[in-house]
Amino acid sequence: MIKRIGLSLIAPAIAVAFAVGVASLALVLVDVNPFYAFGLMWDFATTSTSVASIINRAIPLYVSAIAVALGFKMGLFNIGVEGQYLVAALFAAWIGAQFTIWGPLHTLIIILIAAGVGAAWAGIAGYLKITRGVNEVVSTIMLNFIGFSVIGFVLGQIIIGGDSLIQSTPLLPESAMIPGLNWIFTLLGFSEPRGTELQGFLIIAIILGIAYRFLVWKTRFGFELRASGMNPTAARMSGVNPKRMVLYTMLLSGGAAGLVGLSTMLGKLGAFTQDFPRMYGFTGIAVALLGRNNAVGMALGALLFGFMDRSALILDLNDIPKEIVQIIQGVIVLAVVIAYEIVNRWLQNREVKAASDATKSFSEQAEEVAA
Amino acid sequence: MTVDVREPSQDMTGRVKGWNTATRWMAMAAIAVLILAIVQQIEGTNQLTSSSTWSSALRLGAPILLAGLGGLFSERAGIVNIGLEGMMIAGMWFGAWAGWQYGPWTGVALGVAGGAVFGLIHAVATVTFAVDQIVSGVAINILAPASVRFLSSVIYTPDTGGGITQSPRIKDFIKTFDVPWLSNWLVDIEEKAWFFVSDLAGILGGFVTNMSWLTVIVLFLVPFSWWLLWKTAWGLRLRSVGENPWAAESLGVAVIRMKYWGVTISGAFAGLAGAYLVVVSQGIYREGSTAGRGFIGLAALIFGNYNPFGVLAGAGVFGYSQALSLRAGAVHALLLLVAVGLLVLAVYAIYQKKFANAGIQAAFAVGFYFWWATSDVVANQIITATPYVITLLVLAMATQRLRMPAADGIPYRKGEAH
Repeated sequence: MIKRIGLSLIAPAIAVAFAVGVASLALVLVDVNPFYAFGLMWDFATTSTSVASIINRAIPLYVSAIAVALGFKMGLFNIGVEGQYLVAALFAAWIGAQFTIWGPLHTLIIILIAAGVGAAWAGIAGYLKITRGVNEVVSTIMLNFIGFSVIGFVLGQIIIGGDSLIQSTPLLPESAMIPGLNWIFTLLGFSEPRGTELQGFLIIAIILGIAYRFLVWKTRFGFELRASGMNPTAARMSGVNPKRMVLYTMLLSGGAAGLVGLSTMLGKLGAFTQDFPRMYGFTGIAVALLGRNNAVGMALGALLFGFMDRSALILDLNDIPKEIVQIIQGVIVLAVVIAYEIVNRWLQNREVKAASDATKSFSEQAEEVAA
Repeated sequence: MTVDVREPSQDMTGRVKGWNTATRWMAMAAIAVLILAIVQQIEGTNQLTSSSTWSSALRLGAPILLAGLGGLFSERAGIVNIGLEGMMIAGMWFGAWAGWQYGPWTGVALGVAGGAVFGLIHAVATVTFAVDQIVSGVAINILAPASVRFLSSVIYTPDTGGGITQSPRIKDFIKTFDVPWLSNWLVDIEEKAWFFVSDLAGILGGFVTNMSWLTVIVLFLVPFSWWLLWKTAWGLRLRSVGENPWAAESLGVAVIRMKYWGVTISGAFAGLAGAYLVVVSQGIYREGSTAGRGFIGLAALIFGNYNPFGVLAGAGVFGYSQALSLRAGAVHALLLLVAVGLLVLAVYAIYQKKFANAGIQAAFAVGFYFWWATSDVVANQIITATPYVITLLVLAMATQRLRMPAADGIPYRKGEAH
């Protein structure tokens, strides 16, 4: 067991080390001592305020990674999380601002709308795949861009009418917002974060992670999902309906994707604006790869990315190009898949060697007996 | 077991054969111009066929075309390349940097090199390490903008006139030219506003007036790519590793090397697309100004059924719709154009006795007609979405007719023949 965990940690560790190495090289080239830079990042990131901010940044990445991982588990690549969460957040904010009811119910309705819109947007790709055989990678890429246009259209033409400077949906009523969790810090005896509120959506993200793990490993659907991902032919032969699986998986993945933007929206912004945070969808792919589609692994990956995003701020203040953080993130994606490939090949070779050694001693024995 | 569903008029090379087909294309082009002319008469605009629209369609379509051709080389070698956008960003950045330092043609050269470097990274990941090609492409799309941003923050200090998100303006563009005599003659005819004749002159005029030398090269790359891929032994080898690398391997083709060629050339094309944006259109690298053109190129590639001339057609459609979206009145006319186009398709479908299709097309034609009749302006966002919607529709309608290389996207490892 420990050996297995150790092995599964090798690849991400190599990848992160390699990415840090590349970034260090870049830093050396521009005359910055990498140890100084990373030291600054670490010192800056270990205050209460930073920890809250890191977690806040990790939440959407984690949710996004779960959405991507759901697809990965059955060999589907939902590259459209980006479009799904933005479209979902827009409609959830727009509709949610139209009424005021009892707080938790209001929040719940917004969450359901977001999940529904995300599922519907991803469902288009799922539907096209099962009825017309359209590859989901291509269709979700196209749907991303169509989604961006839809957002521009709704924000610019319908909600505002093109008059205001910053296009935004109407502000959500207070009842819809999720209260913050800064009291946890005081409860644990740390100083309270200043200027940052640990977002209450954290709890929903944790529930989502547990639900993901339960769904994939403890339900029949999860079994069929994994079976279809590992060997589609065998799964079909044993009675799994592949078309239904594709559609359900896309709907689920899109539903999870719909929640990506909500932590920021319900914890901070209270509206969908033109400059609503983007790229969570693509970074989520990186986090899912880093965490190997594992609920805990992805949480660690999301926290790592959150740490890098947060501590980039201190680099900027010290005149160190903070873009090295993005370089690290980009290199990690590539390095982690390559590292997994190398570790896998190494394991395979070792098994082959062990098997041949075993049979060798057996055949030697046989020779002795014959002699 | 794959059933070959190619059109009978196409042979194994994907080439369109025979004089008959050429005549048919000419006739179709004439009908298209006629439709444009009629729509213009009704709408009361001349922008659908004006030489300025077509010349800007050419400028907007060229980078899409290049990205699509880039995708062609990679996917024909069996490697899916969704990193085109990132490679294009790299090409654009290096194009702008070298263009600013040494002039536009050096910009082109370095843009090509910059794209090729990221193509090479994609090749190392997908060919040598056989990792998931989509994942690698996503990584390129994250890595390339981050890397050039880092370079910007280091190189473009305030005194250069650039900054983290944009480069200084390049000193001069690639030279443009008018084809002597022909250009003036076509402009004269265009100004006469004769029905059909002037429209034709306007369209042709777009190709001979204010033409950039780089655009000429870009257009030349279409038949060149076709020749390279379908008429040389090298091209046959490249395509063979995209169709069946194991069979190719058994016949002594250096599969790995061919895949490296395909993906690196792909990056070079995407880099050229980025450089084109700088040295012909914008004169500056600005973050986000590739605006998804790499992905539209991918769309053009699919639209064009993995064939250089098809890519040209796709890039043409997308470039034209972008050019129209920049012209206020023209977008509205586009609705009527789509309605008439669908009507023609419906009539053709009836002629082919495909009544269900005809019904759907006619219904959409009526829908677009009413949209046109009841509205005055069309929001720009609808045009921005057009290439992507068209691609989805093409994919949904014509999946049976589209044929991607058989081993596209499948990881290959040497000696694993099966």
